[in-house]
Amino acid sequence: MLRFILRRLLQMVLAFFGTTLIVYALMFAGQGDPIQALAGERPVTAAQRAYLTEKYHLDATGVGGFFYRYFDYLKNLLQGDLGQSLTGRQIGDILAAAWPVTVKLALIAMAVTIVIGVTAGVIAGIRRGSIFDNATLVLTLLVLGIPTIVLAPLAQYLLGVKWQLFPPTAGANPDLYALLLPGIVLGSLSLATALRLTRTSVAENLRADYVRTARSKGLVKRRIVGVHVLRNSLIPVITFLGVEMGNLMSGAIITEGVFNIPGIGFNLFRGIRTEDGPLVVGIVSVLVVVYLVSNLVVDVLYAVLDPRIRYE
Amino acid sequence: MSHSAVKPTPASPTPEGGHLLEVRDLHVEFRTGEGVARVINGVSYHLDAGETLAVLGESGSGKSVTAQAIMGILDTPPANVRSGQILYRGRDLLGQSEEQRRQVRGKEIAMIFQDALSALNPVFPVGWQIGETLRHREGMSRGDARARTVELMDLVRIPAAASRLGDYPHQFSGGMRQRVMIAMALALNPKVLIADEPTTALDVTVQAQIMDLLADLRRDLDMAMILITHDLGVVAGVADRIAVMYAGRIVEHADVHSLYRAPAHPYTKGLLESIPRLDVRGQALSTIRGLPPNLMRIPSGCPFHPRCPYVQQVCVDVVPHDLVLGDGRTSACHFAQEVCDDSAR
Repeated sequence: MLRFILRRLLQMVLAFFGTTLIVYALMFAGQGDPIQALAGERPVTAAQRAYLTEKYHLDATGVGGFFYRYFDYLKNLLQGDLGQSLTGRQIGDILAAAWPVTVKLALIAMAVTIVIGVTAGVIAGIRRGSIFDNATLVLTLLVLGIPTIVLAPLAQYLLGVKWQLFPPTAGANPDLYALLLPGIVLGSLSLATALRLTRTSVAENLRADYVRTARSKGLVKRRIVGVHVLRNSLIPVITFLGVEMGNLMSGAIITEGVFNIPGIGFNLFRGIRTEDGPLVVGIVSVLVVVYLVSNLVVDVLYAVLDPRIRYE
Repeated sequence: MSHSAVKPTPASPTPEGGHLLEVRDLHVEFRTGEGVARVINGVSYHLDAGETLAVLGESGSGKSVTAQAIMGILDTPPANVRSGQILYRGRDLLGQSEEQRRQVRGKEIAMIFQDALSALNPVFPVGWQIGETLRHREGMSRGDARARTVELMDLVRIPAAASRLGDYPHQFSGGMRQRVMIAMALALNPKVLIADEPTTALDVTVQAQIMDLLADLRRDLDMAMILITHDLGVVAGVADRIAVMYAGRIVEHADVHSLYRAPAHPYTKGLLESIPRLDVRGQALSTIRGLPPNLMRIPSGCPFHPRCPYVQQVCVDVVPHDLVLGDGRTSACHFAQEVCDDSAR
């Protein structure tokens, strides 16, 4: 197991360089005049242009120049310096402000997924073919069928504006209550998936041979379902939740956009819209690390949950 | 019930109700999307203390379903026990509540299954799984359960038992896994052990070891055993009596020696003749022609008649009763005596 983790960590280093290189290339390689992009609509004097060319090593051109600047960027990145956005703010500061908001949002979404999705999935799996099972099937298909771009504004209008149960937008320093509705909207998709997955897994395991064995041991039904079936059924569910947590941590562009939540997704979207290369590359570099780490955690978790899995 | 006149085999010398376990005229059907499959159609057999009954038949003959009906672990639905009785020490299990039946499971009647790898829970250590029965049925403490688990694993001859408590089912070989199953079934000192094809998933050499182990344990612990199998070779050395099943009925019932010497049902005869023999060389292996019946459309009369070399018009029209042949033997064949005489020649 330890060797597996070490090998994966080494692979992560390669994956990190590969992805940052691609994102860096996508943002900067095709850029016509980066100095004008930095200045926006304002004119750039010759002195300013000479200074910025010097500062960002723009005098080196072609592929060589690109890699020169990429390694320059990486050097700063590895020292913990994400650089400045085009607006002049430290990207590190932007992330430090945005991340707690996104994490709170992700935790709300995850709580909703686990409490409602997994619980309802277990019940639907046990009562296969019942009214409850069929009702959850229809509801989850409905949720899975509606894109967030529709669901988020709809929830905002109905629950936030019309019935005023929740604040319609979050704003600069949102409290937990303001994040509740966006969290539920964000969690609804993983809730639906978790419910279907749990339901299938429970229904499948209830028919497994080891359940017949547990019954022939004379165990009570509650123990057979609660210990034997659940412990097996939750292996794929927990794995899914781990991957989903990684996704949620990296921000939700649409949900954060609709509810005006200053999280990671919100900032990333702003960076893309204003062609703020350093900001986009900075955020994505950190997101890559979040993804890689969460995937490693999921793989390790999987081996811990299922003793049959051996990584060697 | 087309053959309601069939009486439970009157062969046993033990008085009525004196059997340890008795199945009487059991009918079980499975309701599926395509129709109703009549899986058990009037099975009757009995088991006395300390003896071994082999239930023989090909897949789909209903031997496992009968056993699961005795254990009360059939999934209902789709299964439905339509009628019959399952008497354990004279009490009808089918009339009991689920809670009463649960008390019987494991403690009075225990069962081991064919494929130990899937029958054991993959995510719990074997020591935990054996100990679970002790902790939750007997209320033993963890320490006591652990000590008793090691005893049980020693009993089924698992080497270095104490060091293997924490191992998972997939870390054992097929034979050792089946031993774990057996240890688990023995945990509560059952009076009846039902072994459902315990050696089918194993290598031939390991099969013999497991059969020897089961025979020894049955004797040492004074249990009665129902051995379910489709392998005639397995039963010869172990069983006292054999009940042969076909299409959800017992077609022949006899002590081992009589049955091997002279089978009295064409199906049993066909089974015995299809065993490869070392002393007969250069001849094509004889087989039973045709396929086992579709349980949704069981043939009229004797269900074996489409495959039977002795078939006459009466076989198509009339369901044969159990004919008593002496020595407590029965055969559900219109021409039982003839078949028996043929076989004896």
